[in-house]
Amino acid sequence: MSSTAVPVSRLSDQAILSRPSVSLWTDAWYRLIRNKAAVMGMVIVILFIFVAAFAPLIAPYDPLQINDGKGWLPPPWMPESLSSTGRLADSRFFLGTDSIGRDVLSRVIYGARVSIVVAFVPTLIIVIVGVTIGLAAGYAGGRLDNILMRATDVVWGFPDLLFFIVVMIALRDTPIGNFANGLLLLFGALAVVGWVGLARVVRGQTLSLKEKEFVEAAHSIGASDFQIMFKHILPNCLSPIIVITAFRVPTMIITEAVLGYLGLGLRPGTDPKEFFVTSWGALLLQGQGALNAQPWLLLSPAICVALVVMGFTFLGDGLRDALDPQMRGTS
Amino acid sequence: MAQFLIRRLLWLIPVMITVALITFLLMHTAPGGPWDRDPGRRQIDPATQEVLNRQFGMDKEIWFDMDALKKGDLLGFFDSQFITYMIAGTVDGEWRCGFICGNLGPSLTQRGMMVQDIVMNPPEDHPFWDSKAGYSLRLALLAVLIAIVVGLPMGIIAALKQNTLIDYSSLFLATLGITIPNFVLGIFLIIILAVWLHLIPVLPREWSDPRFWIMPAIVLGANLMATTARLTRSSMLDVMRQDYVRTARAKGLSERVVIFGHMLKNALIPVVTVLGPALVGLATGSFIIETMFAFPGWGRQYVQAIGQRDYSMIMATTLIFALLIQLANIGVDFVYTMLDPRIKLS
Repeated sequence: MSSTAVPVSRLSDQAILSRPSVSLWTDAWYRLIRNKAAVMGMVIVILFIFVAAFAPLIAPYDPLQINDGKGWLPPPWMPESLSSTGRLADSRFFLGTDSIGRDVLSRVIYGARVSIVVAFVPTLIIVIVGVTIGLAAGYAGGRLDNILMRATDVVWGFPDLLFFIVVMIALRDTPIGNFANGLLLLFGALAVVGWVGLARVVRGQTLSLKEKEFVEAAHSIGASDFQIMFKHILPNCLSPIIVITAFRVPTMIITEAVLGYLGLGLRPGTDPKEFFVTSWGALLLQGQGALNAQPWLLLSPAICVALVVMGFTFLGDGLRDALDPQMRGTS
Repeated sequence: MAQFLIRRLLWLIPVMITVALITFLLMHTAPGGPWDRDPGRRQIDPATQEVLNRQFGMDKEIWFDMDALKKGDLLGFFDSQFITYMIAGTVDGEWRCGFICGNLGPSLTQRGMMVQDIVMNPPEDHPFWDSKAGYSLRLALLAVLIAIVVGLPMGIIAALKQNTLIDYSSLFLATLGITIPNFVLGIFLIIILAVWLHLIPVLPREWSDPRFWIMPAIVLGANLMATTARLTRSSMLDVMRQDYVRTARAKGLSERVVIFGHMLKNALIPVVTVLGPALVGLATGSFIIETMFAFPGWGRQYVQAIGQRDYSMIMATTLIFALLIQLANIGVDFVYTMLDPRIKLS
């Protein structure tokens, strides 16, 4: 009740016009880009996507080019006391060379492709499978729900790394295992295990959402079950779906690297025309043999794995804080 | 409560059967077998292979013997490799009880030894702790110990000193611990501590020196430590603002009683919930960490067995780890309800 009285009708006009209307998603986006760690994560991820996509333009050398007599050159920046090959560094090879003189920097750049693709392709499969199963189980309820949830129990109980190891060994020499240097099989194995968490959460959301008034309203105007599931319920579970998906991505990258490190991931290619020449896991495996004398072979791919995992984790944290502020700070 | 426990334990059976079926199927799909591994290498002659097959019961059908069924021999129908391994059957004319009797099967590569002997039996005149399983168990316990002894106080202190340098530095450490995958951390530590600073040997031959244990244990426990610290911090912050904490202070309780008696007890509930997945992570993490450090435990034995197609070892390890994971999950659900009576088991 200030002294300059404003008519009530105009007051509401002012209140509306003083701020533009903001949708949930715009609001979340602003929260995300205000989060420093999330922006940092986003920058790292975009950087690696860029490196993976334009590897041939960025890499200084052909990753498969063998330089005779230039094997095991340490990186120029590494103090001599830390590399015991006794060879002189060559400033043209910024991250040094491997046993047969291939440029480590170029190989690491090409290796980014596998990690980036592993971050997105199996994740996409997981989202499609997990969301469909979760929606179906939650919406249909009853026996279907029971069967699907028991299936998730089985997958949940499987020691997943052991599963990946056995699958990779069993099916490596089949046509599926040979496709795309073994990556198709890897994606399949990751997807078979990964959908469970998502399916459970979507089911839980669907169970509570289907009792809500807007679903009843949709029913009463004659919407089909399919429409209700995908047009009314699904958009309302999007934030948990995004958050859980974001947290699956680092696991995918780590698993690929671990399998590569055990010699079970991508098969390093020899044909320069191949898209996936090598992976960070394969580089780590190669470096492991010469750990004592040539630590740089391990160091650069290890740092890359750590960086890209960190980027995706920060982004995931930021997405969770932005989409679900109540969850802030929990892990 | 008892009903919940019985239902969960009964549900273990179908899960374990499915795990067994999938592992057995995949294992036998893998090219090669225990006696014909590398096509390029000198092979064991076919006659010997046949003898070995008979000796280890691998001359039988994998799943079911259809020929025996046609002859009306129902017992013979079930006398397959899978049933023999899991339940019971004849091996080389001899009747033998399988996995359900705690018999993990004969090792196919270390012939003459049973898997349980390889894994559980220590060298002569040594305690159980010196067996392969004992080594793995000790490493896991050490990792959990480090994680809790470091992570819990880190989280509590960070919460009590919120927004100070201590808080920020412990948050930073915890974030690093969560984001860096443990095998990458292992590589970093080996390069820095062993290769560059020569504080420890790169690959210790003898594990009798407790100093050598610290690095693999830290690497294995880093993730759990970071998760514990972060969760303890956030749930402590949550609890600190609750009314009952203010009441406790108002009625003049000492700060120590408030922190340990009132706050910590409730703040630990969310921490316990992540312990389940964390223990699972520890179990599977041990495979890669043990291989990396050439640690003489069960995990490394398994990775070797895979390359050698030691079917018994592969089956036994997968089943036992699956069982441990399930039991850990049930145990965590149980502890959860004991800490917070508001939560009901369903």
